Amino acid sequence: MSIFINKETKVLVQGITGKEGRFHTQQCESYGTNIVGGVTPGKGGQDVDGIPVFNSVADACRKTGADATMIVVPPPFAAEAILEAVDSGIDLIVCITEGIPVMDMLRVKNGMAGKKSRLIGPNCPGIITPGECKIGIMPGPIHTAGGPVGVVSRSGTLTYEVVHQLTEQGLGQTTCLGIGGDPINGTNFIDCLEAFANDPETEAVVMVGEIGGSAEEEAAAWIAANMKKPVVGFIAGLTAPPGRTMGHAGAIVSNGQGTAEAKLAAMRENGIVVCESLGDLGQICKTTFC
Amino acid sequence: MKIHEYQAKELFRRAGITVPDGKTCSDKSEIASCLSGMRMPVAVKAQILAGGRGKGGGVILAKSEKEAVNAAEQILGMQLVTKQTGEKGTEVKTILLEQGVNIAKELYLSLLIDRDRGGIVIIGSQDGGMDIETVAAETPERIIKVHINPLLGLQGYQIRELIFGLDLSGAVAKEFAATLKKLYTLFVSYDGSLVEINPLVITKEETVMALDAKMDVDSNSLFRHPDIKEMHDSSEEDPLEVAAAAHGLNYIRLDGSIGSMVNGAGLAMATMDLIKQAGVEPANFLDVGGGANAEMVENGFRIILDDPNVRGIFINIFGGILRCDILAEGVVAAAKKVGLNLPVVVRMEGTNVDEGRRILADSDLTLTNARDLKHAAELLAAI
Repeated sequence: MSIFINKETKVLVQGITGKEGRFHTQQCESYGTNIVGGVTPGKGGQDVDGIPVFNSVADACRKTGADATMIVVPPPFAAEAILEAVDSGIDLIVCITEGIPVMDMLRVKNGMAGKKSRLIGPNCPGIITPGECKIGIMPGPIHTAGGPVGVVSRSGTLTYEVVHQLTEQGLGQTTCLGIGGDPINGTNFIDCLEAFANDPETEAVVMVGEIGGSAEEEAAAWIAANMKKPVVGFIAGLTAPPGRTMGHAGAIVSNGQGTAEAKLAAMRENGIVVCESLGDLGQICKTTFC
Repeated sequence: MKIHEYQAKELFRRAGITVPDGKTCSDKSEIASCLSGMRMPVAVKAQILAGGRGKGGGVILAKSEKEAVNAAEQILGMQLVTKQTGEKGTEVKTILLEQGVNIAKELYLSLLIDRDRGGIVIIGSQDGGMDIETVAAETPERIIKVHINPLLGLQGYQIRELIFGLDLSGAVAKEFAATLKKLYTLFVSYDGSLVEINPLVITKEETVMALDAKMDVDSNSLFRHPDIKEMHDSSEEDPLEVAAAAHGLNYIRLDGSIGSMVNGAGLAMATMDLIKQAGVEPANFLDVGGGANAEMVENGFRIILDDPNVRGIFINIFGGILRCDILAEGVVAAAKKVGLNLPVVVRMEGTNVDEGRRILADSDLTLTNARDLKHAAELLAAI
């Protein structure tokens, strides 16, 4: 088992004809992902490395039966690409694009309310169920299939670091996903934690947060009330200066809100095992989970 | 991206929001001609991007022309120190000279993105002219918050909530409503991340006027706002940060002694934390990006080495799609090119890591390979 994706998932790529789109499509496909088509308006009828390209998501869905899409289109067009996927009734939308204006994401977020589609991202590495399906830009080989650990994070390379340390400790993963570094995103920590809680193969969860917003605090409270499986938590940004955006648009301490200290305190108060130094993470997981 | 008060007021003016009559002046020899034709009193206001200008002595209300000239000469060119500028302060290159107004009432009004609710929030208070965080902490009942669904826009009942909460009535209430609608439209159409008017004043003539104006625009939206992009003033930013941005590098300067170069923002933050936990202080945040290449690494080295406080460098790369061997070659080439002579700790992990480590070990550079993050921390502590 896994969350959100598995070997049955049929994946589209919006923006498949771009340089990044094509490259990551190849990477996903060679990992074993079932890529069924791509979408680039105006390039319908062509193919990219044998994958058929369609003019619209609706058209692609009709002809391929896709139930997931990876969005790799430039920021000015990404919000619309998400909405197009939502309108086609696609189950899972993974938006990799970094740099989408917040105002666009506010419209997307509110426009998606009540719709069946799930959005992961934007500004995220994507999602992978090791050995089955990879929808994203993460390096496949660092992962170990078969569980028992689920990983959810706001970051990209920091997630790879965590996964690598788990693999080094002999701890495989069920599903690993990045929910994105933007202030307004789709799927949040709690959605993922709930899915991990309900996934019989996931026995433990690593949650990686960073400064900015209050998603980690809310997740910590949810864990205390609902989560029976052990959770190890890490927060990046203890040394981040206030008022500065630390690479990710959402990683900012403003007016004393969203500090790493407050997030770590919320984690501790709610029974999450906190890892303070990144070098210790694998070891702490081993001790806590085994 | 922050813009200056006078720039925000120009946007306000174009949107039909009333602001005081004013002129900017950037040259001391033009002060007299700028002031000619202005009625006294005149407010002389330093135009810097940092907040806290009033308390720092950057805003003077002059009652006579002589006072105005003195104030303008004093402020223009001064190093203005505020709670946000740091000790060195910021040079005032432009001042705004504004016609004084007859204030009957001072209000606070702001619009910002509410990331937790996924909407826009409008904050109003009758305690205009005061520090709003203090008001929120000490008298939260004097703060009115209205949450807007961006798909539905600002509704009449929401405007009324502010009108009643701010105790406005009659013609003033009507004008406030019109002002708020225009401000909301401006905020949305210009991708605002913050608009703050403190104070928004009701004049004795019953006009609603933005006496101050602070506006931040979402940097990610500048592709559709060329006029705002043109307003960008990088003169108050750290020169190294400006240089890094020109190379597409995400760099923030700090005051420690260990520079770092990392791929990915989250890992870069965690790396800074690791440096601090090793007992030394991070000199910077530097994210060379998930797809870093040799050129980015070289530029990163140059930026780090231009900081005279740096005594050692920590390179922490998780090679994924970007292979470690390619990256190691880039590091060696860049280090030679920039004449690197500081101790460097490299921690590399991921695809082709053994080959990457071998390339680093075989180079004649003074690089130390860290086995893992814990080992890296030990090596950093020894620098």
